[in-house]
Parts: sequence; C-alpha cells; structure tokens
Amino acid sequence: MSVVALDNQDYAAKTGPRDTRASYHGNIMVYVHWEEHLFFCAPLAFPLPPAMPFGALVSEVIAPHYAPHPDAAHIDWSAAEWMINNVKVKPDFNASLEANNIDHKSVVRFWTPGLHGETGH
Amino acid sequence: MSGTKKLGLRQRYEHMTRGLDWETTYQPMDKVFPYDQFEGIKIKDWSAWEDPFRLTMDAYWKFQAEKERKLYAVLDSFAQNNGQTGISDARYANVLKLFLTGVSPLEYAAHRGFAFTGRHLRGSGTRVACQMQSIDELRHVQTQIHTISHFNKYFDGLSEFPHMHDRVWYLSVPKSFFDDARTAGPFEFMIAVGFSFEYVLTNLLFVPFMSGAAYNGDMSTVTFGFSAQSDESRHMTLGIEVIKFLLEQHPDNLPIVQKWVDKWFWRGHRLLGIVAMMMDYMLPKKVMSWKEAWDIYFTEAGGALFQDLARYGLKMPKGAEIATAEAEHISHQNWCTFYQYTHAAPFHTWMPDNEHLDWLSEKYPNTFDKYYRPRWEQWAKMDKEGKRFYNGALVQLCQTCQIPMVYTEPGDPNTICFRETQHGGQRYHFCSDGCKDIFDNEPEKYIQAWMPVQQIFQGNCGGPTVPDVLNWYNLKFGVDNMDYAGSPDEALWNEWHADKVKAAS
Repeated sequence: MSVVALDNQDYAAKTGPRDTRASYHGNIMVYVHWEEHLFFCAPLAFPLPPAMPFGALVSEVIAPHYAPHPDAAHIDWSAAEWMINNVKVKPDFNASLEANNIDHKSVVRFWTPGLHGETGH
Repeated sequence: MSGTKKLGLRQRYEHMTRGLDWETTYQPMDKVFPYDQFEGIKIKDWSAWEDPFRLTMDAYWKFQAEKERKLYAVLDSFAQNNGQTGISDARYANVLKLFLTGVSPLEYAAHRGFAFTGRHLRGSGTRVACQMQSIDELRHVQTQIHTISHFNKYFDGLSEFPHMHDRVWYLSVPKSFFDDARTAGPFEFMIAVGFSFEYVLTNLLFVPFMSGAAYNGDMSTVTFGFSAQSDESRHMTLGIEVIKFLLEQHPDNLPIVQKWVDKWFWRGHRLLGIVAMMMDYMLPKKVMSWKEAWDIYFTEAGGALFQDLARYGLKMPKGAEIATAEAEHISHQNWCTFYQYTHAAPFHTWMPDNEHLDWLSEKYPNTFDKYYRPRWEQWAKMDKEGKRFYNGALVQLCQTCQIPMVYTEPGDPNTICFRETQHGGQRYHFCSDGCKDIFDNEPEKYIQAWMPVQQIFQGNCGGPTVPDVLNWYNLKFGVDNMDYAGSPDEALWNEWHADKVKAAS
C-alpha cells in the first residue's frame, strides 16, 4: 500500500525516515528485552557500537540495567536462551554485535530458564 | 404597514449558511478547493448535508458569550474562596497536569484542523459546521488554560505545558495523534476527529475527567465541563452526520470510510490509555474503573451505534475485540510505566496503597491479582528496603502510536507484543497488529515520525544525559517530577491542612 496524498508522485522523494543508522554517530540502536519480567515495563533501547562484542553487551549493558530485579542475581548467562530478529539463536559471545546479526533497530530477546519474575510459572 | 416579512427559522438558517456559497468564475472550483478530491471520496450532492442544529453565527456568538460569562463567574468565586484547598487531595492536581499537557493542546490542534477542513470542503453546510467547531475548540483551549491557571499558582508541573507538549517523550503520543489527523485529507480528518474521536470515544475522555473533577472537589473544572457540554453534543452530531453523509453519497466511499474508522478507532484507543490510568490510579476519589467505563461507553453505546450504522454496510472497527480485552490491562501497564519513569515525567506518581490495591483487585477480578498486584507488591517491598525502582534505560517505542512497547500479546499478558515491518531497508517496530496495519497502509507517512527516544540518541534533545534532556523539557528535577511523597506539592498541601487544623482548634 502507499500513502494517500495530494502529491502522490513526489511524496516519497520529499520525505524520509528520521532514524536511519547514519544519524546515530556511528552507533546502531539495539532493543533488548528480558522475557517474563514485565517488572521492566517495555524492551530497553541502547545506542551501541556495532563492533562491541556480544559478551560485552551482556556484561556491560544488559546485566547492569536489569540488576534491580531480584531474579537478576541468579541469572546463569550460559543457560540463557536468545532470540535475535525473531530467530532463536546461540550467540557467539566473543564475536561482535554485527557478526551476531544485530544491526540497526534489531530486537534481542532473552529467556532465563528457572527465572520467571513475579507472575511467571 | 411595512411589506417586509420575517424569515422563518429554517429560511433564516438557509439564508445565513447556504447563501454564503457561490460557483467561482475567475478560477475553476477544483483549484479553489484542491483538497477534497485526492482521498477518493465521491460527493454527488453537497446540498444533501443536513445540519440538525441550524445554528447561525450571530446566534452562536450570543449563546457562547452567555455561557462564558457564567463560567468566568464560577472561576472567580473558586479563586476567591481558595477552592484549591478544598480538593480531595493534592494528588488530584496531577490529573490536571496530565490534562493540561496532554489534552488541552489537542483542543488547539482540533481548532486548527477544523479551520483547515472548513476552508477546504466545498459544501457550505459542512463548512459552516466546521467553522463553528473550530471556534469551539479555540474557546475550549482558552477556557481550560484559564481554569487550570489558578492551580498553576500553587502546584508544580503546569507552567510549561505548551513547551512540554512539543518535547516530552510521552506527550508525543497525543501530539502525533493530531499531527496524523491534520496531515490527512479533510475527509479523513472529519472521520478521525469528528466521528471516531468526538462521537465514538469522546465520552471516554471527557466524562472521566469531568466526573473525576466533580468527585474530587474541583468545581472550576466541572464548570468548564458543563460549559463545553453543549458544544460537545454539537460536535457529536457533526460526527454522526459526516459519516452518514459520506456513506449515503456514493457506495465507493464505504471501503475508504471503513479503513479510516478502523484506523482512528485504534489510534483513539491507544491514546485513551492515559485516561484509563488516570481513572484507575490517579483520582484520589474514584468514579468508576476504566473497565466499567469501557463497558458502558464503548461496548454498549458504541455497539448500538455500529448496529445503527450497519444499514450502510459499516462494520465494527477492526480492533474492537482486542481493545475490549485490553481494557483489563492498559491502566495497569501504563501506570507501571510512569511509576518506573517518574524521574522523566512532569507530574508526580505514587504507589497504590493497600486500600487502593484492594479496589483494583475488586474491579479487575480476572487480571489484577494474577498479573499486576504481584508487581506492585514487589516494588513496595523494594521501596521499603530503600531501593525504590527507577528504570535507568530508555525504552523501545511503537512507530505508529509512539507509546513505549508496554502492551502484551492478545491472550498472553506476560509477553510483550512485538510486530515488525521492513520498509526501504529499515526495520520498524509496533506494539500491536492495529498499529502495524496503520503503518503498512501508508508507510511513507509514518517513517517520518519524530520518535522521542530516537531523537535523544541522535543528540537532538539537549544532550546525552537524563538531566540534559529534562532541562530541554523545561522540567525542574525534584520539583515537577518524582514521587508525590516528598514533593513540594505535598509539603504545600500538608501546610494548608496544618493551618486548617490550627484554625479549627
């Protein structure tokens, strides 16, 4: 489908997105979500260098931001299950975000077996 | 005896409205009215427009002036009697903060939208109706500002409302709603605001705020509500008239109108989430739950409306069932969000106390104890231990409604609803099928959205840190934001009450 506008021919040429990768000063925007923990109301957003190792994403970004939850201290990161861009994967912790298929506006979701938050089962 | 005869009411109305119309000769009509063709709506006979109110401009001025004299008399007496000290609790002032930053600027946007629409529809009956609504909306924003300006003398978070409406992250939700409507064609604007918002959903916006004011001792806002009521009923009549008119004019209009109804019902439902949270969490004296309001004003009243419109082939809005199921959740999901981002919003939040939690358990027997009460109890426990929870990161937003991605999968309240579309090599994320459908129908429009989180990361909002951004919002840290407990609002309220106790003893 396409926009309904007075100037249909030129509309797309005159307009564009306001959040392309080029406007993030070398970073990419990555979304992270800890499943079954809606204590954190929504997925979190971070501007990150694409060369950052996945392991650093976990230890320097994800772990500290989710630390307030009582389950956080019990996370076994080697057992966590990951989904990147809607695909279940086993990320390579030593490889970069880019090498793990994380690009601009990718979604990284993870599950922590045995840890289900206040309302999980 | 003079030979002049007085015109009858209907003749007079025709004379003062339809008589304003003429066929242009210096320029072709299509050049004078360039906006009323491109949406694909077909109008065969503009004169078939019926305006049931038959209000002429001279009568309008007289009537409105009378109403406003009464309103301002009440506002004066409220101020002279220090009405602000008689509200139920100072927490109530936060409802006014939400209203003034989130709703009043929409009245202004509606004024501009109807002025534009009135100019660009070529039927004179429609033009007159739009012109009057445009002036109504301008009066409403003015009288709201005047009404609430009295509270601004005492409470924080009110003084920067127009600046905040343009900048604060969650205010991009109401702002983008009207930006979307006003950048559509005039017919879509009429269905978006005139029908979907003013007719189908208005009772869920206006009634909760006005009865909330009445229950909580704010007689000035109640009087504003009464004063606006006769305008609102005229707006509702315009809304229903426009949809019937479009559907009666040509059968080709039906699929276009249905798509707009689906879209604007969903956008309206998302926008009303702030009202849901206000009703269930912010009113010190509660009127009814959001779920109860939804059942009365949407399920029953809206259901009857769409039954009536079925003879034109119009169906219930596409997302109606999902929206009804969400009425069990959205107020909780939204207040949980503001609770953990209390540092970033220009009003105060608070933890519901036990009595309040019990009220929520009673009003939401299917969902509250199962999904939300455990969350509140966890946060309460942390707060007691001196570890009040603040979310330290920014969040992912929905590209269409611009609300943080807090809503859950239909039927699965423990799982965030993720939807995604790729367009022009970029990913776009959505909170629901409803928001994704709106984007997918007109991606070129929604890729342009000014998304607050994205803009902060790009360095366009005053700087990289939270204090930089709050400063750019004109939000005073420790004054406008954070919990009610410990706020200057609370200190002032306690002082007033200590004075009252002293005076009584």
